[in-house]
Amino acid sequence: MWLYEKKLQYPVNVSCKNVQLAKWIITQYGGPDGELAASLRYLNQRYAMPTERAKAVLNDIGTEELAHLEIVGTLVHKLTKDASVAELKAAGLGGHYADHDRALFYVDAVGNPWTAAYIQAKGDPIADLTEDMAAEQKARATYNWLINLSDDPQVTDVLRFLREREVVHFQRFGETLNYMQEYLSEKKCY
Amino acid sequence: MAVNDPCLILLRKIQQMEFVALELNLYLDIHPDDCKALEQYNCTHKELCELKRQYEQQYGPLLNYGYGMNTGNNWRWAEQPWPWEM
Ligand SMILES: [Fe+2]
Repeated sequence: MWLYEKKLQYPVNVSCKNVQLAKWIITQYGGPDGELAASLRYLNQRYAMPTERAKAVLNDIGTEELAHLEIVGTLVHKLTKDASVAELKAAGLGGHYADHDRALFYVDAVGNPWTAAYIQAKGDPIADLTEDMAAEQKARATYNWLINLSDDPQVTDVLRFLREREVVHFQRFGETLNYMQEYLSEKKCY
Repeated sequence: MAVNDPCLILLRKIQQMEFVALELNLYLDIHPDDCKALEQYNCTHKELCELKRQYEQQYGPLLNYGYGMNTGNNWRWAEQPWPWEM
């Protein structure tokens, strides 16, 4: 089971309302390389992993991604909560307003809804861990592009923290992959 | 809530220590025999428990479902602002 802790993993402050920036950042909420995809991918892949270490890494990184989902959701909420309809319209969120008002939804930067087709579980630990490493790099690159787009230093600070986490996750998955390869080659010998 | 609010200052400390624990946790998942990291993890756990005890006594529970204590005569879980509103 999971416990909810009534705090964010990293503090989120924004300088002012910024609808345009929110429209781009929401891709890390419900986009192809976003935190929802990351979390659901890892938490789902853990069942088929043959080593205790891989199960632990997927379980714990999948859990941290849920904390990141909440950070991204908080960013979007704070950047849009007082926006007028005219401001939403001007930032290209007229369609979002029609379907969701100012509610958050799992969409990418152009409004495509989240789909399970973004993620995979192959049942082959090498294939799955390699996918996870690629996913971390794609998430890191997305945060990079978002940092380039950001004109709010307080938002940039949060995006930098999240980008750094992807680098650490990539490192841990890389170690898990090496260990898995050793484990599988030893198993073949006997 | 103002940045220098004592509640937020204590919360920042908890966030920092929890981050240390999380980093060590992920590292230990794939390096379970690293004694030094293990020792650091246990030290962090102790500090974190103390900070959380202080916070929960003053500002209400951080965890629900029985994992945090509720001091006072009313249910304080929903009293403090939610993280996305702070
Ligand atoms: Fe990640």
